[in-house]
Amino acid sequence: MSWFTFPADNLLCRCLGISITCLHVWLTILLVFIITPAVLGVSFGIRRLYLRTLLKIFEWATSRMEKEAKEKNQQLYKPCSNGIIAKEQASSLQQEIQELRGSPSGLPSVPEFELADIFYFCRTGVESILDDEVTKRFSAQELEGWNLLTRSNYNFRHISVRLTVLWGLGVLIRYGVLLPLRVTLAVVGICLLLVLTTLVGFLPNKELRFYLSEKVHLMCYRICVKSLTAIITYHNRENKPKTGGICVSNHTTPIDVIILANDGCYSMVGQVHGGLMGMIQRAMVKSSHHIWFERSEVKDRHLVAKRLSDHVADKTKQPILIFPEGTCINNTSVMMFKKGSFEIACTVYPVAIKYDPRFGDAFWNSSKFGLVSYLLRMMSSWAVVCSVWYLPPMNREEGEDAVQFANRVKAAIAAQGGLVDLIWDGGLKRAKVKDAFKEEQQKLYSEVLVGGQETGD
Amino acid sequence: LAKSCPGQETVTLYLRGVALRGRRPRPAPPSTSPPPASTSHPIKQEDNLTETRLVSHSQITRLYSRFTSLDKGENGTLSREDFQRIPELAINPLGDRIINAFFPEGEDQVNFRGFMRILAHFRPIEDNEKKSVAVSEPLNSRTNKLLFAFRLYDLDRDDKISREELLQVLRMMVGVNISDDQLGSIADRTIQEADTNGDNSISFNEFIKVLEKVDVEQKMSIRFLH
Repeated sequence: MSWFTFPADNLLCRCLGISITCLHVWLTILLVFIITPAVLGVSFGIRRLYLRTLLKIFEWATSRMEKEAKEKNQQLYKPCSNGIIAKEQASSLQQEIQELRGSPSGLPSVPEFELADIFYFCRTGVESILDDEVTKRFSAQELEGWNLLTRSNYNFRHISVRLTVLWGLGVLIRYGVLLPLRVTLAVVGICLLLVLTTLVGFLPNKELRFYLSEKVHLMCYRICVKSLTAIITYHNRENKPKTGGICVSNHTTPIDVIILANDGCYSMVGQVHGGLMGMIQRAMVKSSHHIWFERSEVKDRHLVAKRLSDHVADKTKQPILIFPEGTCINNTSVMMFKKGSFEIACTVYPVAIKYDPRFGDAFWNSSKFGLVSYLLRMMSSWAVVCSVWYLPPMNREEGEDAVQFANRVKAAIAAQGGLVDLIWDGGLKRAKVKDAFKEEQQKLYSEVLVGGQETGD
Repeated sequence: LAKSCPGQETVTLYLRGVALRGRRPRPAPPSTSPPPASTSHPIKQEDNLTETRLVSHSQITRLYSRFTSLDKGENGTLSREDFQRIPELAINPLGDRIINAFFPEGEDQVNFRGFMRILAHFRPIEDNEKKSVAVSEPLNSRTNKLLFAFRLYDLDRDDKISREELLQVLRMMVGVNISDDQLGSIADRTIQEADTNGDNSISFNEFIKVLEKVDVEQKMSIRFLH
């Protein structure tokens, strides 16, 4: 054919040849250094070295910023993790109002109102405008230093040439080298998961199927973990969840699932999705037991509870993984645990997950980013570094109801992870607070006014 | 608002930059010029920027950061819904009145300047500020703090707290837990004790007199960290 003799075509062929060789080389590196160790469960320690180097660079960057700012006599915006204002000891409404009136302790027996009482409500109101416990949990945590990512820099302006060059280099490395690598790995991992779980699902022998599905799941999750460059430290593995129990954990991001499943096999609980998620869900179900609910079934609490109890009662099935907060919180606190999973009579295995925000913020702010955009951000950060603590199993005690049990578990997780234990509901991210709380406040104040006597309506 | 002092000029521009609709500056600290000599009063001003004397450079930055985090609509102003989204404020019985205090007559958006203006009422009264020669009384003086509280009662701004206004506030504070009669007698007693000129309502001066023993400076002050 005559058009093959163009000289440009020769060039084209050569370019193609070179790029194919490059691809070969790249894939080989990928296979040898990343996928095979993931399959076998071995680690070369490259990631920890990478972390140490990064930390040194961040420290240098932060100290440079401070130095330059001092030279130019400007002030650096220092994010304050302790809050903006000095809040006094949390005392009850009654105590505060008594103090206001300067009267001794004890509720007055005569209905007594003072014009000054308003100061208490006024001050607490304005304090909550300046700094409240809840709204700041739904946005990314502020960092003390700078980690060369624009998204976490509140001082971003031209500080020095060296820093900008370093930042530019960082951008090149992250988007040019790390991101494509990670995306390839993720694609490989997901494809393997889909294909292998389906294959395993065809096996007739139940024992073999169970054994192989465990291996397959672990392998694919290991590849996914590598695709995020997630460096996870597991503590107290002797407390790992066993069959017939429920594993509960604080929730920061959908990646929590991958991080936990990297170390053990769990049964997932969730809503049936469409698209890629749906495909993955259907594939997973073929080789191991997971609990997927239709959207309509989610509202039916009895149905949910029954399916969970049945699963737990069957000792051959893996422990269930549940996130009782119900929504993603920014990993500085643990919010109210929904009592549904604590009503089932079985052992609860609490797990605390704490991310290190210096290498990339893992929190998924679902009102700001969609899932795909979030994953891209994760894959273009430096790394995902976290610690997982397996806490000793807990059971519901005599005379304890589900809510108290949930609070006890929550307190244990918060204490281990160094998180703030809040009673507020994570649903406040989107919903308004219930009026019942305001009515409680009003009731407390009425008791101060009328001295705790029974009053008329 | 053209001013001569450089530090103040940047503050003005910065604040104006925030007040303009559509402009969405990222939380950047306001000034690029060196701060004026005295560090305890970093931002000198004249005229109607008296309030900014009370807030230091780093505090403005922090307040602005808080302002933007509350501003979900990202248009440089806060609406009543933005305040209502704070759960601890929503459960405060007087939450709505406090939110109203931020909005000038008839408006339903508050910009950063307005936000700071109200918050400046809650600055602690420091000794050195008492000694300084003020053109007009600083916003966080005892009188101004009392005026802020007075206005929470006095909804119609007629400089008098009438029996109805007092009842309204009482009802907000106690909810459904106290009967109308009891509440009415509480209101009557309070007015009786405070009213000195017999007009059956509490004027601002009478209000000040009733509260002269209360440590207003401490109870209506919020201390900033840094």
